[in-house]
Amino acid sequence: MTLAASNLTIERKDEFYLNNISFEMSPGKIYTIIGRTLSGKTTLLKTIAGLISQDSGKLTFNGNDFDIIPVWKRQVAMVYQQFINYPHLNVFENIAFPLKQRKLGKEEINDRVKQAIEQVGLVGFEGRKIQALSGGQQQRVALARSLVKNANILLLDEPLVNLDYKLREQLREEFKKIFSSKASEEAILIYTTTDPVEAMQLGGEVIVMDEGKILQQGSAKEIYENPITTKVAEITNDPAMNLFKGEIKGKKIKLNSKIELSLPKHFKDLTDGHYTFGIRASGITLAKSGFPFQIELAEISGSETFLHLGQGQVHVVGLLDAVKNFDIGETVSVIFDIEKLYAFGSDGILMSSPYSGTK
Amino acid sequence: MAQIKLQNIAHSYNPDATDSKYALKPFDMTWVDGGRYAILGPSGCGKSTMLNIMSGIVKPSEGRLLFDGDDVTDKSTSERNIAQVFQFPVIYGTMTVHDNLAFPLVCRGYDKSFIESKVNEVAEALSLEGLLSQSAKKLTADQKQLISLGRGLVRDNVAAVLMDEPLTVIDPDLKFRLRRKLKEINQKYKSTLIYVTHDQNEAMTFAENIIVMDDGEIVQIGSPAELFERPKTTFVGYFIGAPAMNLFDCDAVGSNAIKFGNVEISTKTDLSSIKNKRLKLGIRSEYLQLVKSAGKNTIHANIESVDDWGNHKLITANFEGSNIKIKVKREVEVPTEKIYLKFPAQNCCVYENEMLIS
Repeated sequence: MTLAASNLTIERKDEFYLNNISFEMSPGKIYTIIGRTLSGKTTLLKTIAGLISQDSGKLTFNGNDFDIIPVWKRQVAMVYQQFINYPHLNVFENIAFPLKQRKLGKEEINDRVKQAIEQVGLVGFEGRKIQALSGGQQQRVALARSLVKNANILLLDEPLVNLDYKLREQLREEFKKIFSSKASEEAILIYTTTDPVEAMQLGGEVIVMDEGKILQQGSAKEIYENPITTKVAEITNDPAMNLFKGEIKGKKIKLNSKIELSLPKHFKDLTDGHYTFGIRASGITLAKSGFPFQIELAEISGSETFLHLGQGQVHVVGLLDAVKNFDIGETVSVIFDIEKLYAFGSDGILMSSPYSGTK
Repeated sequence: MAQIKLQNIAHSYNPDATDSKYALKPFDMTWVDGGRYAILGPSGCGKSTMLNIMSGIVKPSEGRLLFDGDDVTDKSTSERNIAQVFQFPVIYGTMTVHDNLAFPLVCRGYDKSFIESKVNEVAEALSLEGLLSQSAKKLTADQKQLISLGRGLVRDNVAAVLMDEPLTVIDPDLKFRLRRKLKEINQKYKSTLIYVTHDQNEAMTFAENIIVMDDGEIVQIGSPAELFERPKTTFVGYFIGAPAMNLFDCDAVGSNAIKFGNVEISTKTDLSSIKNKRLKLGIRSEYLQLVKSAGKNTIHANIESVDDWGNHKLITANFEGSNIKIKVKREVEVPTEKIYLKFPAQNCCVYENEMLIS
């Protein structure tokens, strides 16, 4: 079973909603599309569902042209950000609805609905009215209704974004289990999010989108280790990866007149010249005999403190492995872990990464 | 600016009903002038009710509200001189950024030169100077939220800025930028900022003091570090931190030791006067230490899974039927089957009937 797109494009008033999107997806893993708001994630899902049609390009399913198949025959189920259920029906009836439409036998409907209710953890709630459920429970109902259809393609459009943070954490863990069992039984799962941590935690194949384009596709690990452009590095890290311009000259990296770093081993094949360097907050910390930086802001997060640091034109975010308060403007000594440095070319394309050396 | 005092405040949305339930149970609270606060809790805990009482959108069914000693309980929102920022930016789409910021002052009939100087000052503080002549409609979501905030700040003597989940519509990598701006504003204008959220991460990074609420009650008030290190109840331990604090059933076995499974763990908590011997042990996933061999305060657990979280790895292990989460740095090598986990005594919290024994 394969869902394939080639050069899908949607353009409205000179603005690309989808710009030459191509991919191939098959069952067995979850595909997570990560991108900022308005990057084209929802548009892509709607195109797959048949709710909108592309201006050009092709969508095929198992080699057959998908575009001529109407929405109701596509075997696609979708879960939205908003909790969409039938308000006049109870939990059981909501989940049974698509099966009743298909006029399945009573016994089969009962069996399938019961199984879905168990999967999403709603046993005991069968007779409840939708209004008497919390947001998290409502989204469980919507998910169960999409599961019960046994659709070939399951589309999940930021399904947790409207839930409380803590509930999101809990459902993400539960849903991950449901998704992996669903994916292994021959369904293609596509999940969208704006949250880098969520994309990592779902642990499948990650597709990075921006301005209607796919910037990179790979395993979550691959995207973390080797973001192919500065844009990908920004979108897929929270806080965004620190990026600053600098120069390699005579075995040294010069960021400005005061900051000079030694050249890490994985940079050895880079020629002298100007680059954009990248490093995650976790690669910058405080230690003696470092460079003087001013604290612009300190933010405590659990057992760590994020430090916004500035020196002249260089502004970075670092991470201290402890909880500590700082005065704004205080001067601190900052070190860069050169083993964690990335180098990007002037066009923003990855030249060297700590994980794969120089390209 | 003002000190805000809530005296014996309580609220029920249906006070006359026989089975009336408090959305907010009676409490006292003083907000220090210039402080940076977050009110944190799950949906329905009463946090928005508390905010709406301060802004005047909701009149409390019991108690008084004082701004610098003045009773404002019966005053309307417009008489309270507070600025509000909501989940979604509220801007005038047909106006420029400049006119959006000037609007509250124009409405109050200030003269032109005063308005200009105020608008410029606030625009500079919010880094909106370059955008003043642009149409507000075209801006990004975080810039629009800054304008909503700026409209509150142009007025003099704002008693407090009240924000109800202001970062909801902002993308993760831009949230950081807006939070930083909010803190700068707090320092520059010394205005009290009160920020309502369900997101512990936002509350921790933003506030000096966090008010944790559950089921209409304040369960703990403290600095981010206090809430993380010494959660007063198991609920706070669960709600703060990602993943939630590990909590295990255990028995008191000595003046400061507990028994977890067959292993004795000593803590820094005085347990000599505890009557109830059934307790709970709480420890953060960040504080469990991977060690090479058996020893004091150390258990030997089975590894169930290791998840890649980017900067961290999350290990899920099992010890005598209890699930344990351990968060380690990406670089840490994790054994494949079993691990020795050490419980540092100073990081162990002990709970009796879900309350921290202090």
